[in-house]
Amino acid sequence: MSALAERTRSLRRYATSLLLAAVVYEGLARSGAFAPALLPPLATVGRALIDGVLDGTLPAHALATLYRVLMGLALAIAIALPLGILMGRYRPIEGFFLPLASALMPIPSLAWVPLFILWFGLGNATAIGIVCYAAIFPMLINAWSGVRAVNPLWLRVANAMGAGERTLFWKVIVPGSLPFLLAGLRQAFLRAWIAVVGAEMLAASDWGLGWVIFDAKEFLKADVMLAALTVIGLIGFAFERLVFGALERLTVERWGMLRTGKG
Amino acid sequence: MQGVGSATASAPTARRLSVVRWHAFAATALPFVVVGAIWEIVAHLEIFPARLFPSLETIASAFVRLTVSGLLPQHAVDTVLRLVSGFALAAAVGVSIGIAMGRWRLAEDLSLPLVSMGAPIPGIAYAPLFLLWFGLGNVSTILLVGFVSAFPIIFNTWTGVKAVKEVWVRAALAMGADDRRLFHKVILPGALPHILTGLRLGLAQAWRILIGVEMLAAVPWGLGWMIFGAREFLNTDVMLAGIVVIGAIGLALEKLVFKRLEDFTVVRWGMMT
Amino acid sequence: MPHIEVRDVSLTYDTPAGRVVGVAGASFDIEPAEFVCLVGPSGCGKSTLLNIIAGFLAPTAGALRIGGRPVTGRGMDRGIVFQDFAQLFPWRTALKNVAFGLEMKGIPKPERERIALEQLRLVKLEKFANAYPHHLSGGMQQRVAIARALAYDPSVLLMDEPFAALDALTRDDMQRLLVEVWQASRKTIVYVTHNVAEAVYLGDRVLVMTPHPGTVKCEVPITLGRPRDPLSVAFIDYQKELLRQLSRTTDPKG
Repeated sequence: MSALAERTRSLRRYATSLLLAAVVYEGLARSGAFAPALLPPLATVGRALIDGVLDGTLPAHALATLYRVLMGLALAIAIALPLGILMGRYRPIEGFFLPLASALMPIPSLAWVPLFILWFGLGNATAIGIVCYAAIFPMLINAWSGVRAVNPLWLRVANAMGAGERTLFWKVIVPGSLPFLLAGLRQAFLRAWIAVVGAEMLAASDWGLGWVIFDAKEFLKADVMLAALTVIGLIGFAFERLVFGALERLTVERWGMLRTGKG
Repeated sequence: MQGVGSATASAPTARRLSVVRWHAFAATALPFVVVGAIWEIVAHLEIFPARLFPSLETIASAFVRLTVSGLLPQHAVDTVLRLVSGFALAAAVGVSIGIAMGRWRLAEDLSLPLVSMGAPIPGIAYAPLFLLWFGLGNVSTILLVGFVSAFPIIFNTWTGVKAVKEVWVRAALAMGADDRRLFHKVILPGALPHILTGLRLGLAQAWRILIGVEMLAAVPWGLGWMIFGAREFLNTDVMLAGIVVIGAIGLALEKLVFKRLEDFTVVRWGMMT
Repeated sequence: MPHIEVRDVSLTYDTPAGRVVGVAGASFDIEPAEFVCLVGPSGCGKSTLLNIIAGFLAPTAGALRIGGRPVTGRGMDRGIVFQDFAQLFPWRTALKNVAFGLEMKGIPKPERERIALEQLRLVKLEKFANAYPHHLSGGMQQRVAIARALAYDPSVLLMDEPFAALDALTRDDMQRLLVEVWQASRKTIVYVTHNVAEAVYLGDRVLVMTPHPGTVKCEVPITLGRPRDPLSVAFIDYQKELLRQLSRTTDPKG
């Protein structure tokens, strides 16, 4: 099937599926079987969404959440990327840090929330800390795997052509491990997003989309909850398509190197 | 190796093997020893208040205290039970939907958009909604865990069914397989590596979200609740003991649960993806 | 009566670039227990023709009969061996792979394992009955594939370049083994290859196919005795003849 036909088909698929889901939901909401506070009709959700956007609260919350995600991610990358690369390159470093990482990885990031609350109080510091913890491991493992996966043949060829250590590093290892690095970035972002919402709910900080959802529960405002969920979904979707999709297209897809790492 | 030399040859070999094993053990233990030492020094120097930064002995004694009194096992068992229930739900529903999507175009067309849109939304974002709909406690927790961990299972199962090699299907059809037998004897085993990957990811996902949900859903017993509640009395030793247990269970889940199954099936068949 | 009768079989299909004639009016007969090779360059339709005989593709025109009965799709009177070693089911041992067709026929377990073991013996792999495919070399996997295709006793064996992905030495061994198996089992074999020497070694008759559109250009009967010596003058003469026919097909003047 041609590319255009494929895309229209996929668009039609999305539209039909969404429409069907919306119809089913509306049916349930208006059936009277559930209280309108619990299962608000789409119009009410839409109203809550528009109101929230217009009076500036939803954007403000979204920004607070985004700030925490990006800060936590930046911190995680700053730690995990160099460490992962060093681990991939030098056996002793791998030998020291890998057991530690393997021991810490199975601990869910949210398990640290109570401790972080005691250490850093409620608010930004805790949230960023949890995000950082969540994002570090995928980034670390993928950076490490990526460096190790660099085809030794490329290194030999570059060496034969007179490349020194630094050139080898920047011109062979970094581009060579890029598919894994990108996969790691993507996974880290996903984990960071999960962590931030959870942290915001638990570390009750007054701002953030997670907090909005949690707070709305107290007032039985399911419409606000669903509106906030929609915003979360949209932001995630936007990042996925725009940021990561673009990154991938510009680099690894162009070079025919599409691959993924575990973690 | 047979003959005279064997008796003397095996002794040094055995010794060499245990030396190697000891080296490997020491190498793995070293980072923990180092980190542990640093922790102890910081704790004893009271760089941070002792209440907030307990020494390793304090944590260990909290662990022992909780285990002996039966509290820790009780919390752990409740959490694991919720995990198993939620995961079982996710596995049953997820594999079925994934297979349906792989087999029938219509199912795929309807489900794929919903699944790919629902997936990136953090599962825990649905928690307050579930709590609103189903109240606090076990039901919400299990449903939420099931809902969230179903996504990777659905996705991987679907991919697995679609990735079944054409040549297997052709060969089976040529040998007289009908639709039903093709499905059971070729498509299911062929998709197994992906299905197992999906189940493994789903279980890890379930564990991660369960702890957080326990904190939110204020369940009466559970590891998440235990460490969340501990903050009221600044019981960081209890928290850290709890975190260690959570990590240990998480590790066991990753290493033990699917490893056996995988070894018996996809590894034995040389089908690791 | 010929075992396989192909009468004016054609297959046209649609591509984004327009209609393509995969096979145009192929007509030939194959006698029972005959070993026939289809030879031609890529795109000449030989694999397509094989798939039509196998019943995976339906011809857009023409008739096909096996044993006097028209062919209407797949059937257990034919066995097929593909080029890809991965055609074996990795989750079944060699024995269970071979027994698959028998399982489909509803034959009870002890019986089918007995038959399967016999088939493995025929291809000299009885010692590896309980091995999984990923433990076997490419040549061994293809041998299991042959045993599997023969196990449920089809009267026709269809082979689509089965040895093309093997190294030259293994290929020679496999060709010798195939001839032995054929002589022992007396199946009718239709064998597709692009390797002229292989066709001369194996076939009683070689059908030369030309591309654009795919047609059977001519037949070259091989009257050498078996086993054949690939270095003998007569053998090389046949190779030359086939190459001549093949190069003529690419010459626009014909």
